[in-house]
Amino acid sequence: MPPGRVTEQPKSTGALLPLRRPTTAPPDEPRLQDVDEWGRSERTRALVRRLYGPIYRRWFRVEWEGLEKIPLHGGALLVANHAGAIPADAPTIMHGIEEELGRPVYGLADNLFRSMPVAGTAWARGGGVPAHPDNAYRLLRDQQQLVLVFPEGTKGTGKLFSERYRLRRFGRGGFVEIAMRAGVPVVPITVVGSEEVMPILAKAPQLSRLLGVPYVPITANMLLLGPLGLFGYFPAKLKLRVLDPVTFDVNPDQDRYPRSRVFEEAEAIRQRMQSSLYDMLRHRRSVWFG
Amino acid sequence: MGRRVLITGLSSFWGGRLAQAFERDTSIDVIVGLDTGEPLVALERTEFVRTDENYSILARLVRATQVDTVVHAALVVDSSTTSDRHIHENNVIGTMNLLAAAANEDSHVRSLVVKSSTLVYGCSGSDPTWFRETTPRSAAPRTRVERSLVEVESYLRSFAEENRDINVAVLRCANVLGDDLVTALSKALSLPLTPTIAGFDPQIQFVEQDDVIRAIEFVVTNGLVGVYNLAGDGRLPWSEIRAIAGRRPLLLSPVLTALAVAPLTRLGLELPPETLELLRYGRGVDNFKLKNNGFTYRYSTAGAVRHFVENQRLLGVVGETEPSYHYQGDVETFFRHSPAIVRTP
Repeated sequence: MPPGRVTEQPKSTGALLPLRRPTTAPPDEPRLQDVDEWGRSERTRALVRRLYGPIYRRWFRVEWEGLEKIPLHGGALLVANHAGAIPADAPTIMHGIEEELGRPVYGLADNLFRSMPVAGTAWARGGGVPAHPDNAYRLLRDQQQLVLVFPEGTKGTGKLFSERYRLRRFGRGGFVEIAMRAGVPVVPITVVGSEEVMPILAKAPQLSRLLGVPYVPITANMLLLGPLGLFGYFPAKLKLRVLDPVTFDVNPDQDRYPRSRVFEEAEAIRQRMQSSLYDMLRHRRSVWFG
Repeated sequence: MGRRVLITGLSSFWGGRLAQAFERDTSIDVIVGLDTGEPLVALERTEFVRTDENYSILARLVRATQVDTVVHAALVVDSSTTSDRHIHENNVIGTMNLLAAAANEDSHVRSLVVKSSTLVYGCSGSDPTWFRETTPRSAAPRTRVERSLVEVESYLRSFAEENRDINVAVLRCANVLGDDLVTALSKALSLPLTPTIAGFDPQIQFVEQDDVIRAIEFVVTNGLVGVYNLAGDGRLPWSEIRAIAGRRPLLLSPVLTALAVAPLTRLGLELPPETLELLRYGRGVDNFKLKNNGFTYRYSTAGAVRHFVENQRLLGVVGETEPSYHYQGDVETFFRHSPAIVRTP
């Protein structure tokens, strides 16, 4: 600390009580809630895990492969394929890693949630973080956390059933740049089964424009279950495979990274994930039993 | 020779506190305070000068007093108290006058410290959780006060470029809580029912009033240059802030919120659009830059809220905790300049 002048002693201004300027800061008393800086609440997470546990085990019968490739310490950027009108992959990955490895996972998602009453708050309390490069950097670099992103974004979840398991474009590869800057590995995860839990048969583009949302899906679930289909997933078996982590041979904290390099790396990761998906599908005997 | 300091916005309660803090600093020889109204706190050696709302007297004043440091604390950041026109006159035209005066060839100004606000970051759904000083805002400013502050900061940037011999420091204050300060949020927290937008529980960051004064003092003393966020550590959900204050929520509709709050204005609680956005999305700014330069905060966000609530309780019981003060020009002149006063060197 540079030598500052002492400015602590108050000059009496005729106060009746020593109300102003206590000599030391009062210690932060125990918090009333446990919401962290990202809006995540461990209590809410625990509740979500308790509710989601049976669905995870009994309904989707989730199976992991290569879970040991996810680092137990330090930051890592998890990237996965994204599917289903209301995607089941995000809660599944977060739940699985938190249960199996005991590490919190922060899911980056579209800011769309934030402007929705109730849903936005619930989403944040449950570990969702607005997708912003600053947020990802702080989580990965400063706090060494696990961060989950879906580079396909809503293009992945909004695709029709006929296009299942074909990875969309990975944006402009921003996720690679973030991992480079934060100096953390990218850990690709491929999910099979998520396309079948809530398949989109058709979309209503006029309605989605009107509502200002990326897509309004008409799902098979809705056709079979009526309004219940908005939330009712089909019991497809979910299989997840963790691929080898990708590290980049660059210095962290640079202002910019070569565009072409970023794009190449992103494309390489996409290729690997796509072939892993094909491989998993080759070995899948049944949608429902794996 | 000691420093000579000019403070704009002296007559806000805490502009006065800032002057008091400078008065304790023996290395500051002269303190001149400028405002449209009279000071609200007792000052010992600060010279008060009355001005019009766009500070047209500044050029003459800066030349005559030969101040070397200007603390611009007069920017209006709470639009609930003033008209749009006054905000423009005061913030934009006032600052332009100040910059013109400071850049004048016979000005002695070497250091300019401006108290701005985190309103320059705006508040929207696509914001990052923490703004750093370099993070651009996500959406264009829509309200008058935000627009004026963004404009002021752009003037300051070009001023700093053009006048490299003058140190320009900008402090972007988060929402301030303090006993001397009435803001839309502090009013909201002292009502029995605290306005809350239904379905939203934003995380809000505060900075304690004393920390703001100490930070300005710190920046002036240490000659810091550049833009700094000024905010307590951490953020708290609005529901938790309400719980600390022991208030129940007054739920406002999440759609057409501006209509829902209109009746509140009648009851004396005006919630300006900036505050409504804040109650929807919250805002966080990274305070590391100033801390890395050696400043230590006394209060975190939680500490500031608790301190505020405790003092509100005390004030609720005893009313005023300090004797009220009325500025009397002739008395002040007598004590400062009369030959009858025995001055100890």
